[in-house]
Amino acid sequence: MNRPALKLFVAVVLLFLALPILLIVVVSFSSAAYLTFPPPSFGLRWYRAYVASSEWLAATGLSLSVATAVVILSTSLGTLAALGLARLPGGARAAVAALILSPLIVPGIVVAIGIYYAFSRYGLIGTPIGLVLAHTCLAVPFVVTSVAASLAGFDRRLEQAARSLGATPWGAFRQVTLPLIRSGVLVGALFAFITSFDELIVALFLSGSGAVTLPRQMWDDLRFAIDPTIAAVSTLTIGLTALLLGGAHLLRNRSARA
Amino acid sequence: MSDAAVITDIPLVRTFPVRPFRHTGAVLLVGPLVLFMVVFYALPVLAMLARSVTEPSLSLANFTRLAHDSVFLHVFGTTLRTAVAVTVGTLLLGYPVALAMSRMRPNAAKLVLVIVLLPFWTSILVRSYAWMVLLGRHGLINEALLAAGVLDTPLRLLNTPIAVHVAMIHIMLPYMILPLSSVLRQIDAALPRAAASLGATQWGVFRQVVLPLSMPGVVAGTLLVFVLSLGFYITPALVGGPRDLMLSQLIAQQVDLLNWSYAACLSATLLAATLLLLALCQMVPGVRGAFRLGVR
Repeated sequence: MNRPALKLFVAVVLLFLALPILLIVVVSFSSAAYLTFPPPSFGLRWYRAYVASSEWLAATGLSLSVATAVVILSTSLGTLAALGLARLPGGARAAVAALILSPLIVPGIVVAIGIYYAFSRYGLIGTPIGLVLAHTCLAVPFVVTSVAASLAGFDRRLEQAARSLGATPWGAFRQVTLPLIRSGVLVGALFAFITSFDELIVALFLSGSGAVTLPRQMWDDLRFAIDPTIAAVSTLTIGLTALLLGGAHLLRNRSARA
Repeated sequence: MSDAAVITDIPLVRTFPVRPFRHTGAVLLVGPLVLFMVVFYALPVLAMLARSVTEPSLSLANFTRLAHDSVFLHVFGTTLRTAVAVTVGTLLLGYPVALAMSRMRPNAAKLVLVIVLLPFWTSILVRSYAWMVLLGRHGLINEALLAAGVLDTPLRLLNTPIAVHVAMIHIMLPYMILPLSSVLRQIDAALPRAAASLGATQWGVFRQVVLPLSMPGVVAGTLLVFVLSLGFYITPALVGGPRDLMLSQLIAQQVDLLNWSYAACLSATLLAATLLLLALCQMVPGVRGAFRLGVR
């Protein structure tokens, strides 16, 4: 394959990747009453429609609070587990790691209906708590892998040195280990937030009518009416995700340099 | 074990004598998460899957019945066809991109990586919506073709298998490009140069040196995309047609009908196919390393 042909082909594929997403962003600033391209003129009409809708705002609020609770739960459970995982003997470590990482592999629909099956008996359908519990299981693999990666470069003798100098286990963790793995924990927390905030399949089954998340609200709207408000909401979520990932990237670079 | 290894082992044994409860700390750290995941995730999924063999009575009858179940066979066929089409599509589109990335200057490669990762981290729902906007009856592609005079009446693009393939290729491309580029980047640049200096043509260098060395990445990307494609739900539900259900859609439909034993049976089948393919891929040498970068 010669160079110019390869370059052209790659450019076309990259356009294929980027254009649909850019298109949504452009459409969201359209002033037209319906989906049309190119937009006759630009404005914030659909963002105003979003802000004026109590349904959309309620769904956004719920998604933000569920994701925040998921971050707290998954980051604390996941960080502890990553610390323990490194100290487990080989066989036990492989088994625990398989359990923790399995949500990345098990098809979403299987996880969703399994959890739905059990949670409907506990009365957790249509409650934010049900969503938080389920999303935490899905978010934990990202926290554990991220913290484990930062622990890989961590010298455990530092912790032992702190202990031998009289630090309590908690003191050694808080003053020695945590500062060194902090960026791994924060990156894991950001990924946990995005995982919960974007999650749809589990939410389709668990939301019921009482706990409608933002993706669930978008799904309902897409199935019954395509309204450019969704483009505005999509653009906002793309922006939020990009912001969080940019943050994660900066954290990683900073820890790489340190 | 060599003598040197034995000697270095001795001080370790002395500093950390074997104690009966030496893993207590580790268990206490891992325990809360394991308990949480067993109660809220593993047991629920296993209890649901168990219904495939316990109803109506304890037997494998539900599974043997699948072999003659025309609805299942149709859906399974659609699912496999879709996964194959998406895998082939992402490989054909992704390989040249990964190859080009491995030859770029670091800054240019970084820019391409950002473009590849942009859709990777945009939610599947938003990306499926973008394809609904593009492919709809009054979507951009139809409007553009009508305006250009290529068409008289709009094409039916949305709610067809083509729409599912295109949207899923768009969504799965990063999963193909990432393992490919991580393997291609590791190829020693001296090898293609040596082949060229020995008289190989550009195509010969690619076919006889670069392509064989990149096979672990090809296998990893192919399996990853194929396995993830088998379980797709949101995209086919939004852009696919009602007659071309994928396995995940059939499962959701059966749950809505409260047909739990059938849904559990289908879920077990989907899960078994997924685990089998991943186990296969662990056996291919060199694939594990390529995988680590690819998993989202």
